[in-house]
Amino acid sequence: MELDSRIPGGPIEQKWDKARFEMKLVNPANKRKYSLIVVGSGLAGASAAATLGELGYNVKCFCFQDSPRRAHSIAAQGGINAAKNYQNDGDSIFRLFYDTVKGGDFRAREANVYRLAQISVNIIDQCVAQGVPFAREYGGTLANRSFGGAQVSRTFYARGQTGQQLLLGAYQALQRQVSLGRVTMIPRTEMLDLVVIDGRARGIITRNLITGKIDAHVADAVILATGGYGNVFFLSTNAKGSNATAIWRAYKRGAAFANPCFTQIHPTCIPVSGDYQSKLTLMSESLRNDGRIWVPLKPGDTRPPDQIPENERDYYLERRYPSFGNLVPRDVASRAAKAVCDEGRGVGPGGLGVYLDFSDAIRRLGKKTIADRYGNLFEMYERITGEDPYTVPMRIYPAIHYTMGGLWVDYHLMSTIPGLFVLGEANFSDHGANRLGASALMQGLADGYFVIPYTIGNYLASAKIEKVDTSHAEFKRCESEVNERVRKLLSIKGKKSVDAYHRELGKLLWDYCGMARNEQGLKKCLAKIPELREEFWQNAAVVGSGTELNQVLERAGRVADFFELAELMCLDALHRNESCGGHFREEYQTPDGEALRDDEHYCYVAAWEYRGENQAPVLHKEPLKFEYVLPSQRSYK
Amino acid sequence: MNLILHVWRQKGPGEKGQMVRYEAKNVNEDMSFLEMLDVLNEQLVLRGEDPIAFDHDCREGICGSCGFMINGVAHGPQRGTTVCQLHMRHFKDGDELWLEPWRAKAFPVVKDLVVDRSAFDRIIAAGGYISVPTGSAPDGNAIPVPKKKQEMAMDAAACIACGACVAMCPNASAALFTGAKISHLNLLPQGQPERYERAERMIAQMNIENFGHCTNIGECEAVCPKSIRLEVIAFMNRDFLRAKWVEGEEPVLASQG
Repeated sequence: MELDSRIPGGPIEQKWDKARFEMKLVNPANKRKYSLIVVGSGLAGASAAATLGELGYNVKCFCFQDSPRRAHSIAAQGGINAAKNYQNDGDSIFRLFYDTVKGGDFRAREANVYRLAQISVNIIDQCVAQGVPFAREYGGTLANRSFGGAQVSRTFYARGQTGQQLLLGAYQALQRQVSLGRVTMIPRTEMLDLVVIDGRARGIITRNLITGKIDAHVADAVILATGGYGNVFFLSTNAKGSNATAIWRAYKRGAAFANPCFTQIHPTCIPVSGDYQSKLTLMSESLRNDGRIWVPLKPGDTRPPDQIPENERDYYLERRYPSFGNLVPRDVASRAAKAVCDEGRGVGPGGLGVYLDFSDAIRRLGKKTIADRYGNLFEMYERITGEDPYTVPMRIYPAIHYTMGGLWVDYHLMSTIPGLFVLGEANFSDHGANRLGASALMQGLADGYFVIPYTIGNYLASAKIEKVDTSHAEFKRCESEVNERVRKLLSIKGKKSVDAYHRELGKLLWDYCGMARNEQGLKKCLAKIPELREEFWQNAAVVGSGTELNQVLERAGRVADFFELAELMCLDALHRNESCGGHFREEYQTPDGEALRDDEHYCYVAAWEYRGENQAPVLHKEPLKFEYVLPSQRSYK
Repeated sequence: MNLILHVWRQKGPGEKGQMVRYEAKNVNEDMSFLEMLDVLNEQLVLRGEDPIAFDHDCREGICGSCGFMINGVAHGPQRGTTVCQLHMRHFKDGDELWLEPWRAKAFPVVKDLVVDRSAFDRIIAAGGYISVPTGSAPDGNAIPVPKKKQEMAMDAAACIACGACVAMCPNASAALFTGAKISHLNLLPQGQPERYERAERMIAQMNIENFGHCTNIGECEAVCPKSIRLEVIAFMNRDFLRAKWVEGEEPVLASQG
């Protein structure tokens, strides 16, 4: 396997222009002769499907939800970054690029990130034109707020529902193409395999979640926009249905998986309340604009927060990072929270929580202003916890939120399988070892609206794609493998629920491959996962049949894949003997507890190649070169 | 606390369904309603029984997947809340609850509490968008949008298409859903070029889909988890009427939405 990142030559600010000019085009009359498959209908998938439909391609778009509008992008709260510099506060494309590379702890590709920053400005324009009701100033211009890891205000937002509004914009554009007959939308269907013929991605095998019917779909290229794999931890801020099956199947068909251990733990989530808990709820990072994070100075202080005087509180982020304060990046804030809780200074049940306190902001700005900014988040917090954050500080704790790792892609967003493109959170490309807040929405839409429409044209125009249909032997083989797998899952009539196994797997990962990792723990985890997986295949309780809506079967298939992915994550975390971004190896830290990178040995993308059942995956390295943002120890002090 | 649940069980679209009684024991008050059902389902699976099917995904009240009737009220007793965000502290020991799927001709039952809401997607496809191909947008600040207009548009755009409005309406009307999208887009300057055509086309599709007519009862507003206001229906009706005047002309009153 060869990793050719296909980064264009020339100065960084000209690379994307140059690449676009050099790309081959498909003439408008010929576009309708090509068929494309898009899996996933979140920001990346919906924007890609809509735009490719507009260009004239025949597009089939799949999602497992009952409507494309429900993809998990919808839950993104805080905002979307763009280098508009509307605030005249010193922002620029270069600064957004710089912040993102630094925020990613120098483990992202410079060229990709620069392109992302360039495109960010077009995204805002596009979304405004679609009718996305971004927050406005009284004069009618667009408003901005600040997010972690930046000292400028470049985040555009629609109350606490930015993801929803952006997704609805993309969904509406998609539905317009559906009505024009350019896109066929296939909901309640999940992809269970990728079909590769003569080394090219040529189609997928799907299961209709209502009837259980297994179908084959052929195309000239396949686009995966299926999101991240945070649900491998069971408890995460992801939607319950979010899963890794599509990218995992692609991995097993030859697509390299990059940096699987780079997972993001979000510092501000509502703490776990009991073992029945099904998911964790995020409280937007934007709250850190006005909320102050603190814990009691002394361990074991159980007084209610309003009885702890100011001089007995530790505003630890403001103390440790005076220049960024409460707005340090997520990895830094999460680790700091873990550190104070490890010292026994955590608050709430089990001592796993820190306060996010708005009383200063309410005194300064008034309750109404705070309600205008965060009202819906405060309501959500109260609904879940039964406590009123206007009067009692919120309790928050870190939780799994996003996965920077994903399928390896080149500058064209093509994986190591020609014809298989990967967009959004499903790929690894732009965030390095840590993603900055409000950058996921930016990347999803950049990939879908403005990158793939060019690069896929170049692929179609330059590749010699043979005509095949679903009667091809490889389609038949994949289809029967999928059928066999479904049959096998249904045959496990065990005694322990699928969710119980998933919880156990998630606990293992959280303990050993979560916020802090070490060699011993990872090795222990790598020994335990196969045991648990073996037990799962013997003793999971899977009921019902394969020819109906069977939610247990769906979950069982996803959990089976999570077991395999979890192993790869630990392997990757174990091999990377350094700390960077969200990957914190306890053995590698500075005297004051910050991540200690090893640029000499680990300044590369780790891309893993699948080599078959019971065989160790092979590591390939794509070296990273930094010409514009020179690696330094990330400092937010 | 312990609860008695009566749940609508139906194998498939054409099949006959019935209420089945279950006991939910040791329910923790910090659980969400769906977590309470998760626990019950886990017990059913371990007994080899078919678990209760219900749609759900984000569990944060924003994706719009979940929703069913609890004692005749869409999304249950707490105002402005989806079932995934409804917590058990709003119930008490010994409560007896009846869970039913959305009931509407336009939303056929798929299984148990799962219904088919694809009619909503078709209403959006009929005109619930602004036709702006990727790449053809002017600068984001080129057209100022008065803050108040933007806020009103945002209020309407908050709709999550869960279908509670239809389920609660005695007429099974989709007027709140359709009105919300028409209001969102028609309030904004960007939505003006297609304003009247949009209202006509979306309403036409709504009628094709077997939704009933709106008779201003207001149950929809009362159960809407996003508190979408009844005004959106008036707004929709006004644009629909005005469409009859401006047909074939430029919408001269466009800026006065």
